[in-house]
Amino acid sequence: MSSDPSKLAFHDGWQYAPAPESTDHVSIDEQYELFIGGEFSKPEEERYFDTINPATEERLSSVALAGSADVDRAVKAARKAYSGAWSKMKAAERGKYIFRIARILQERAREFSVLESLDGGKPIRESRDIDIPLAAAHFFYYAGWADKLEYAFPGRTPKSLGVAGQVIPWNFPLLMASWKIAPALACGNTVVLKPAETTPLTALRLAEVIREADLPPGVVNIITGAGETGAAIVNHDDVDKVAFTGSTDVGRIIQRSLAGTGKKYTLELGGKAANIIFADAAIDQAVEGIVNGIFFNQGHVCCAGSRLLVQESVAEEVIAKLKDRMETLIVGDPLDKNTDIGAINSAEQLDTIRSYLSIGREEGAEMYQSSCKVPETGYWCRPTIFTGVSQSHRIVQEEIFGPVLAIQTFRTLEEGLTKANNTPYGLSGGVWTDKGAKIFKMTQSIRAGVVWANTFNKFDPTSPFGGYKESGVGREGGLHGLDAYVTLES
Amino acid sequence: MSLAAVKATGRMPDLSHVPLVDEVGVKERAARFQTRSIKKASKIEALHMVLSMIDLTTLEGQDTPGKVKQLCQKAIHLHDALPGLPHVAAICVYPTMVGVAKKALGNNDINVASVATAFPSGMAPRQIKLEETRIAVDDGADEIDMVISRGAFLQGEYGFVFDEIAAIKEACGDAHLKVILETGELGTLDRVRRASVLAMHAGADFIKTSTGKIQPAATLPVTLVMLQAIRDYFYETGRMVGMKPAGGISSSKLAIHYLVMLRETLGNAWMTPEWYRFGASSLANDVLMQLQKQATGVYQSADYFSKD
Repeated sequence: MSSDPSKLAFHDGWQYAPAPESTDHVSIDEQYELFIGGEFSKPEEERYFDTINPATEERLSSVALAGSADVDRAVKAARKAYSGAWSKMKAAERGKYIFRIARILQERAREFSVLESLDGGKPIRESRDIDIPLAAAHFFYYAGWADKLEYAFPGRTPKSLGVAGQVIPWNFPLLMASWKIAPALACGNTVVLKPAETTPLTALRLAEVIREADLPPGVVNIITGAGETGAAIVNHDDVDKVAFTGSTDVGRIIQRSLAGTGKKYTLELGGKAANIIFADAAIDQAVEGIVNGIFFNQGHVCCAGSRLLVQESVAEEVIAKLKDRMETLIVGDPLDKNTDIGAINSAEQLDTIRSYLSIGREEGAEMYQSSCKVPETGYWCRPTIFTGVSQSHRIVQEEIFGPVLAIQTFRTLEEGLTKANNTPYGLSGGVWTDKGAKIFKMTQSIRAGVVWANTFNKFDPTSPFGGYKESGVGREGGLHGLDAYVTLES
Repeated sequence: MSLAAVKATGRMPDLSHVPLVDEVGVKERAARFQTRSIKKASKIEALHMVLSMIDLTTLEGQDTPGKVKQLCQKAIHLHDALPGLPHVAAICVYPTMVGVAKKALGNNDINVASVATAFPSGMAPRQIKLEETRIAVDDGADEIDMVISRGAFLQGEYGFVFDEIAAIKEACGDAHLKVILETGELGTLDRVRRASVLAMHAGADFIKTSTGKIQPAATLPVTLVMLQAIRDYFYETGRMVGMKPAGGISSSKLAIHYLVMLRETLGNAWMTPEWYRFGASSLANDVLMQLQKQATGVYQSADYFSKD
């Protein structure tokens, strides 16, 4: 390839007309209460906070702020349901309830997709094709395990734990709720779940689904609030198990507070995954993998391929092709069916991303952004790549959680591997090569919970997910995901 | 229409450097184009574009001068009930029908494309292929659609295939050369990619998927691989090469998704009949029905559209 490739033009001529998904079939209440003991009830202190649409900055609704008294009510309701109906119910019956949730989610998939995109800013294509179907798939998958737990742990007797306190992030609101709730219920536990404060609406709609599915009151309790509410759940004496997905900083605090309490816990934390492209890879498909790796869900993905390591002999070609591909990414209205990259989830997150863009430039890295136009209101970030960076750059070391890629080159496999593993994180990784032996070598040597070969950001309920090192403790999904919600008696 | 004169590199490419293709990844990307939602004005614009890019084709043993004349009439007057329609890009026929088509099209700015080189199998000695090409050009063909020798290609005789394409290109003179890879017989996308590179270096003005006589004919994944080969050739040489998917594209919706793929792979410069064609026989009527529906709000019976 020549050093100055001829440029392709993507912005003149035929354009796609706006194709917005209708919101007519989605009603949003003026105010939402706490879902405790099968009923919606007001928070004791009657405090509320707003949730907004990050694409328009308009207020969508007010949501109850749960204080410690509310958390206590929720845990008590969960304990009562556990000691009462739920732990005594036949496992096959328990499975039926979970199947019912899965089916209702499928039936109401369009409504959930629109709501997810309104509240969180993610493109409707993703919420429609990925988030909501996967959320339903998790309930289906774990429903099947409910009466087969003894086969999951041969020779052992799995017993439920009790009350699970679950705190989830804003990047995949409904999907993370399903990752947490489905295995907990399948194993016979009851749940107190708190969605993130910027994206509570689909979890609250899930509370409606749970009522519709006629679960015994208190089996699932969904309470809203910010960090203090989450801390109150985690630290509540009567919680037997804590499941948290979020930042490594908060994960550290949680782990510290849980030390010595005997509570079981899983933590899914941050990441800074290396996506490694060898010269013998199928380059055009690898470029697509880079795009999926870092621009999926605006880069708000803990397992995002935020570090690109590309073998030097193809680096120029890969970067040139990536730049052309970035020009075709459509950034804008999350509800438009043609949007590839939606709104950044919150003003706060946009500030974080912008600060990293400044840090990258101040550190001497070369920044390139696609030339797309972004709307005037709302929170937006163009797809961004940094070249000329090294392991000591902060944009290479720290999780940005936005559509920002740091690109480095490597010469030998060993160099690529050293760079890939030279991070405190270890959640995911990607390898692109046409050579099977190299795939095995790399996947065995990359210290990360998930390593994809010739693909990226693929999820399935049957597949375990979780981190090494500062990316967390424990696994969710698959057979391994059951382990976090049982004690094993021999 | 007059087509730009293009000079090939004339170099036999080093096929060991042709990028590899991952079939799973290609299919995934191709499927993404089909999730694009093309509505309203952009749909109407696309439908007009599709019509203008059609090589209206009849390649049957039972073709008659009457049938070809009828097709030429259709090419000029797609559907006069709808004003403002473009005409198709070309009529595509067997060499024996080139004269008939040329006469029937008269002064209209519609090209005559002739298949040649022992279409569709390509199983004939080179001198026959060259002679057939020259006859078609002498009879007035503006474009020649040749087939590659798949047998030789699959045996690894790349030099033979390269030389043959280069020789046909020379025999074409001013006529434009489309090289049919017959991807349905190549077996893998890696071979499709290699055959594309070979054809472009040997002088293809267009690369084309299929004869329409072999299944599978054009598919989105195969076409994507060929578009990516065109893009890389453009990066390398600055020379544009055209693309013609042929066979199996009979619905407007699918044709629009081919345009989406074209736009997002090669950009807007390729979105003209000069650089992109659809080889199709029944696509035009489906597009016309869609346009009529856009204009009136209702679908009309197929009997309102001429079947040729």
